[in-house]
Amino acid sequence: MTITAAAEHRTADAWREFAGTGWRDHVDVRDFIQANYTPYEGDATFLTGPTDRTRAVWGKVSALFPEERRKGILDVDATTPSTITSHAPGYIDRERELIVGLQTDAPLKRAIMPNGGLRMVENSLKAYGYEPDPFVTRVFGTYRKTHNDGVFDAYTPEMRAARKAGIITGLPDAYGRGRIIGDYRRVALYGTDRLIEAKKAERALLDACASSTEVIRDREELAEQIRALGELTRMATTYGCDVSRPAATAHEAVQWLYLGYLAAVKEQNGAAMSLGRTSTFLDIYLQRDLNEGVLDESGAQELIDDFVVKLRIVRFLRTPEYDALFSGDPTWVTESIGGMGEDGRTLVTRTSFRFLQTLYNLGPAPEPNLTVLWSPQLPFAFREFCAQVSIDTSAVQYESDELLRPCTGDDTAIACCVSAMRVGRQMQFFGARVNLAKALLYAVNGGRDEMTGEQIATPTPPLTGEYLDYDELSAAYDHVLDWLARTYVNALNVIHHMHDKYAYERIEMALHDYPVHRFMACGIAGLSVAADSLSAVKYARVKVFRDATGLAVDFRTEGDFPAYGNNDDRADSIAVGLVESFMAKVRQYPTHRGAEHTQSVLTITSNVVYGKHTGNTPDGRLAGAPFAPGANPMNGRDRHGVAASALSVAKLPYEQARDGISLTTTITPEGLGHAPDERAGHLVGILDAYTSAGGFHMNVNVLDRATLEDAMQHPDAYPDLTIRVSGYAVNFVRLTREQQLDVISRTFHGSL
Amino acid sequence: MRTVPTATTGRIHSWDLSTGVDGPGTRFVLFVNGCPLRCLYCANPDTWHMRDGREATVDEVLAEIEKYRAFITTAGGGVTVTGGEPLLQPAFTAEVLRRCKEAGLHTALDTSGFLGTRATDQLLADTDLVLLDIKSFDVTTYRKLTGGELAPTLTFATRLDRLGVPMWIRYVLVPGWTDDAESVDALAGFVAGLGTVDRVDVLPFHRLGAAKYAALGVPFRLRDNPVPAPEPTERVRDQFRAHGLSAY
Repeated sequence: MTITAAAEHRTADAWREFAGTGWRDHVDVRDFIQANYTPYEGDATFLTGPTDRTRAVWGKVSALFPEERRKGILDVDATTPSTITSHAPGYIDRERELIVGLQTDAPLKRAIMPNGGLRMVENSLKAYGYEPDPFVTRVFGTYRKTHNDGVFDAYTPEMRAARKAGIITGLPDAYGRGRIIGDYRRVALYGTDRLIEAKKAERALLDACASSTEVIRDREELAEQIRALGELTRMATTYGCDVSRPAATAHEAVQWLYLGYLAAVKEQNGAAMSLGRTSTFLDIYLQRDLNEGVLDESGAQELIDDFVVKLRIVRFLRTPEYDALFSGDPTWVTESIGGMGEDGRTLVTRTSFRFLQTLYNLGPAPEPNLTVLWSPQLPFAFREFCAQVSIDTSAVQYESDELLRPCTGDDTAIACCVSAMRVGRQMQFFGARVNLAKALLYAVNGGRDEMTGEQIATPTPPLTGEYLDYDELSAAYDHVLDWLARTYVNALNVIHHMHDKYAYERIEMALHDYPVHRFMACGIAGLSVAADSLSAVKYARVKVFRDATGLAVDFRTEGDFPAYGNNDDRADSIAVGLVESFMAKVRQYPTHRGAEHTQSVLTITSNVVYGKHTGNTPDGRLAGAPFAPGANPMNGRDRHGVAASALSVAKLPYEQARDGISLTTTITPEGLGHAPDERAGHLVGILDAYTSAGGFHMNVNVLDRATLEDAMQHPDAYPDLTIRVSGYAVNFVRLTREQQLDVISRTFHGSL
Repeated sequence: MRTVPTATTGRIHSWDLSTGVDGPGTRFVLFVNGCPLRCLYCANPDTWHMRDGREATVDEVLAEIEKYRAFITTAGGGVTVTGGEPLLQPAFTAEVLRRCKEAGLHTALDTSGFLGTRATDQLLADTDLVLLDIKSFDVTTYRKLTGGELAPTLTFATRLDRLGVPMWIRYVLVPGWTDDAESVDALAGFVAGLGTVDRVDVLPFHRLGAAKYAALGVPFRLRDNPVPAPEPTERVRDQFRAHGLSAY
């Protein structure tokens, strides 16, 4: 056989039993899935528990967690800037592992990635007691410019001031932007030889084009992508895997896919390094092996369990300041599960269940970030299983498949928390967020910062009345938001220009089509504070207190006002108006590489830090007090229960916030029903109703006893913990100790 | 909702949305003001007096419910009228229930049954489910605990049975007051004799209303009463189950 004939033979074997043609002729994973997957409408009874092997592997690596928590990081290789091929292979337990591959040569040992910024690396090392390596410092300090250097070369004084004041925060100007999802499934389905061939063909199309700046950049990027695919092949070889050819078994499919993902997390310290939508793809391979009798259910679950073990130990070296913004060392290895197909068949498969089952087999964990694409049309047994997993683990988030599918199709995956994109066809430029509450104070103060008194925004006349006037304030706010949108989009253009130039995501982009559709993902924080402040001015009277320099530093509200989060249009329409108006302003400014403008209403945990840097606000919130997270109503102001606040959030228009609208709910088990066996059904009902009302995202926290006990010890950490009992809701941390104990014994009786 | 507007008014305390604790699914729960009983364990002393409520028309209430109609319908819920004692304002309560029923919503009435005679057959025909609170099955305890008589509640329960109105029995378990095994057993026997009881909810006494008493300057006489431990609570449920009832 010739070499080509041998390759064709291997491919034919790897694709045995598969149907469909389109995906064979060109790279199209969705087409492959549609032609081959088996929808599953049944229940969870087929699932199996962890094997001894799974327990042993997970036990070995989780035994390292306490030391890691104590020290901050377990270990770091401070001398080797990480690339796809920089580190020798590493193992947790070489004899037992089914899916192999680590970011460095040992589990939980972190790598340095100075392309993003040298200072970030050095500060992180110092924070954990490690000395920066002099050679690395010399190379990246003298010879090799970083993304961070590039950005600060091109920032304007205005951008720097806005950043320093915290009206624009969390910008990815010193760390990896992340939120790009490579289509790691392609590695398994096609093998890298075929992917390199396809990339070469894409690049050849540019040969006839005039060498404009854009064309040159594209050619260089495609060359880098091809190089990265070659490096992925070599890295895989060190683990004994030949990913140049397609995966021929389920075991290989999981392994190949994971190695593609591993290449990405070896080279990029992105804020969110999400996985995509892999479960139904992998199910095709698992189902084929089950049909061929070479795998049983326990073996299938074992592969997924072992894969998830690897996803749980993805680690990055970051500064303590970064962790203060996004607590808990997050990596956002988001996996999107479920959803409905455009042809009306559900995309739920047995492997959708198997991914969720890992939360039982390995115990609950925040990573991978399991995200169910929810639709009332999903099979009931799957919806009920998801709800039960939520109740048992609080580890599942939900996004509306009914909103996603019409916008980005049925092969959409979520990056980070709420950012949707078509896998392998769309990417985004992550843009962090602006502080809408602080912007409102700038409107009052003529563009001066309420904390420092410094002039940050373009000067405008400050409001001088004893009481705030709604029309006057609205007009001034509009001016500030114009300034903010312009400064913001232009700063993002600088950041992403430099990120493309100095820290390009070679392997992730190699697993995208060319040309790719780009989003410019802007964001807003403090929505509920801004909306309630405007509502207070409109429906009550807000008196202003100014310091000697005329800076408004405090407010007193006289009278009641409707608050966002009570399904009351008077307040909710203000929030809707803010979302619409800021989106319209953002759209006025051209973006880097013609990216489509979007925005999110999301803070993750940065709402605490945003609050810390924002003064007293007219809604009565005190300086330094946390904002509500994401699109949540302000803590304690939603007075009519989860359904009412969810309906307020559902009014925010997804088409004006296509990067996602986040709602975090906290429910006690009792809040989902008096009878334990009815709770999953009730949660299904709430999710169906919220989705039907146009709600986009819901984090569901069903609190356990340990959390409530922790809240008793650390009340500051649980300002919005509401306990619902029959017809009655109370703020947990405001109860006396005795009452708190009452609640705990009452809430958890019989469930332990 | 397309129903005929009316000018009937009532005194209401508030409204809320709850899940699985005031009837099936996620429900719009209307709290009305005014109650003829003074249960020692009451968690809502702010609903005792009609004068403390605010006046609301049925139209107003229905307009608020309308905002949740799609949600509660999809979530398998409905509307529950509670209080206070809804049958202290029978015309208002009847009107709310009728309009909700006409709008295709599942309706529930949470009542002690003490004023059961004020509920017309029409009101009950518009009620899909009665949450009947039987505070105690011992006449003396009932009187001490609530300040009222037990008999009207039992009469009401048998009437509901005769009319075929589904019931959930609610029993608040208060240590030292309602945990007597013999009395529970007698109640379970009575309840098991009713043909339309779907289930029994045994609700452990809690002291979360203490702050409300303090704010009202009213003594909370059970402030220091212990709350039930899990085991006796389960024991009481088992007593109901022993009579063939499903108890939670």
